Amino acid sequence: MKPRVLVVDDDSSLAEMLGIVLRSDGFEPAFVPDGSRALVAFREVKPDIVLLDLMLPGMSGIDVCRSIRAESGTPIIMLTAKTDTVDVVLGLESGADDYVVKPFKPKELTARMRARLRRYDEAGGETLLIGPPDSPVSIDVPAHQVVRDGVQISLTPLEFDLLVALARKPRQVFTREVLLEQVWGYRHAADTRLVNVHVQRLRSKVERDPERPEVVLTVRGVGYKAGPP
Amino acid sequence: MINTGSESSGLTDIGSANSGSASSGSSDIGLAQRSMAVLRRVASTVASPLRRFVVTWRRSLQFRVAASTVAVTTVVVLVIGLLLVDQISNGLLHAKRDAAVRQAVAGLDSARPKFNGVAPGDHAGINQAVEQISSELAANGSNAGLFTIAVRSPDPSVDSAQTDEPVIPPALRAEVRKGKGSIAVQYYPVQVQGQAKPVVGLIVGEPVNTNAGTFELYYLFPLAAEQATIRLVQRTVLLAAISLILLVAAITFLVTRQVVRPVRVAAQTSRRLADGDLSQRLQVSGEDEIAQLGESFNNMATSLQSQIQRLEELSRLQQRFTSDVSHELRTPLTTVRMAAELLYNHRETFAPELARSAELLTNELDRFENLLADLLEISRYDAGAARLEADEADLVGVVERAVRASEVLAQRQGVALNVQLDASTAVAEMDARRIERVLRNLIGNALDHAEGRPVEIRLAADDQAVAVTVRDHGIGLRPGEAGLVFNRFWRGDPSRSRLTGGTGLGLAISLEDARLHGGWLQAWGERGRGAVFRLTLPRAAGTSLTSSPLPLAPQEVQA
Repeated sequence: MKPRVLVVDDDSSLAEMLGIVLRSDGFEPAFVPDGSRALVAFREVKPDIVLLDLMLPGMSGIDVCRSIRAESGTPIIMLTAKTDTVDVVLGLESGADDYVVKPFKPKELTARMRARLRRYDEAGGETLLIGPPDSPVSIDVPAHQVVRDGVQISLTPLEFDLLVALARKPRQVFTREVLLEQVWGYRHAADTRLVNVHVQRLRSKVERDPERPEVVLTVRGVGYKAGPP
Repeated sequence: MINTGSESSGLTDIGSANSGSASSGSSDIGLAQRSMAVLRRVASTVASPLRRFVVTWRRSLQFRVAASTVAVTTVVVLVIGLLLVDQISNGLLHAKRDAAVRQAVAGLDSARPKFNGVAPGDHAGINQAVEQISSELAANGSNAGLFTIAVRSPDPSVDSAQTDEPVIPPALRAEVRKGKGSIAVQYYPVQVQGQAKPVVGLIVGEPVNTNAGTFELYYLFPLAAEQATIRLVQRTVLLAAISLILLVAAITFLVTRQVVRPVRVAAQTSRRLADGDLSQRLQVSGEDEIAQLGESFNNMATSLQSQIQRLEELSRLQQRFTSDVSHELRTPLTTVRMAAELLYNHRETFAPELARSAELLTNELDRFENLLADLLEISRYDAGAARLEADEADLVGVVERAVRASEVLAQRQGVALNVQLDASTAVAEMDARRIERVLRNLIGNALDHAEGRPVEIRLAADDQAVAVTVRDHGIGLRPGEAGLVFNRFWRGDPSRSRLTGGTGLGLAISLEDARLHGGWLQAWGERGRGAVFRLTLPRAAGTSLTSSPLPLAPQEVQA
């Protein structure tokens, strides 16, 4: 079955062109040109992935991103013409998994989309344990479930992938570049802010105190690693 | 302050070292240690107020003015006070002395006939005359009762018979005796009735030449009253001096306070202004000089504020414009890009001309995109909108990434990229994306000019800084060109084409990137010997560089 894509962009030419490219690449696109109608369209279309322009009439891309994220973990890729840190980080913090800067190459876009749609091979029904022994985080990989202290934690697929990547090799320190490659699927170095923002988002969900992390630890000057089980 | 601290801690160290050996050795060391401690305490108690004084002197205008005024006043008052006391006591004593001498002369006149009536050798007569003269003179004159009389006769056995005979100093007596009828005067302690101790006094002596020989007549004036007056004067003058000095000190303090306080407030305000709080103003009251100062200060602040606000507004507009242009240009460009790509991917099915057109379209779009990106980047720098987001990163990794990214290009041109790492790690605070961009620019630039010879990339680090040099062995630079290479759209040789499709802004942006880090980007080149670009970054963001771990000019050139 073809993956469904919801394109939220007010530029009709770009939307049309995106439609051509996406269809020829085996996607099934749907379009909405207005931010205020984006959420309704999202519920109707039930896309596998969302392409979201940040500058939209009606409702800003940031707000659209937040409201989609409030009810779903569906991957969101921002299309942005702004490369300023504030805009990018704001977009990521509002829940976008990744971003592509205009003007992008079609191949780059579809590669990013496929990376977000690609799931971990879920062979081997493993359950991973990380974090402090008195309150470990248990990850049921095939069931996509994360439980801590008997409470199920709802993670987006990206956050889940990030956590699994760290938990599979609990003693290894991952540089941001390695995480970008493993989780986001970048083949060469990209924006490490992606990692920073998503680690923050992940921590806010799994840590008891995000200021003093026990599950996802920072290794100064290197990167991140999973807390000891 | 710091010096004393380190000195005393040095002393403490010696002390503690001594105490270590004292436990096993003699008590001498303990003594030395104790005396050392005392010395230290004394030194510190002396040094610290002195130092505090010096510091206050240097820091506070008010204190300086008050202190120097008090010092000058003290000297003046001291001199005047001493002169005054001296004058008054001299005057007092002179008057007393004159009066005493007059008394004595008058007494002489009345005493002489009495002595003349006494025959020489008539002891009883002499005694009687002496008694008579003593009581008569003592009750005489305006100073009656304020002095005592003593008579010494040539015959030692018949001196005036009082048991509490006043003591006449021998020097005075000798002078009177050898004197030719003149009056001799000496200050000497005088016994006063009813007082145990002799008081300061004035003794006037005169010889009385009679038939019975030369008698000596002495007037003893106690100067207790005069001394008391002088003491009173001294006390009064001293009191006046002290209160004058204190008053002057207080007045100076108050007056300078009036002047200094507004200055202090102005200094504080200007400091806050300099710290960026542009709304700071001075309170102006009155029309004096201070008020004028305050007013012109406020005017200055206002004009500064409006200027800065204007610049900020401009910068904001520019940023806004950049951002808008960026967005407005990029969205259609994305569509064009995707369309071109689609055409390019299907070029095999086109006629040759169309296929070539699709290729050209795609390639030139690349150039256009790069140029747009660089223009936006440099305008962001021009607008002052670039912010450094430094994080600790290893320059080794950044160099490796930049080299990996440039390898395709290098292979295409058949140029070897040789990397030499003088340090295994080179961690510094940097924005790794910017630095990688700088390095890719430098390597790309070197590849452009390599002419098939290898490009050498070298990394080194020291305590303060990390550095990378990128060297090519190409055509090099003409004298004076090392400063021009960073200019926008500068071309060393206009006839040469850009192989790597550089926009002409790469080095200019790289220079801004380096500057943003507080680092250096420098170029060296010589005709025929290639060129070297050196990037130096401080280990900690915000510290200024003094040297680079790598030389700019290649070693074979330096030698």
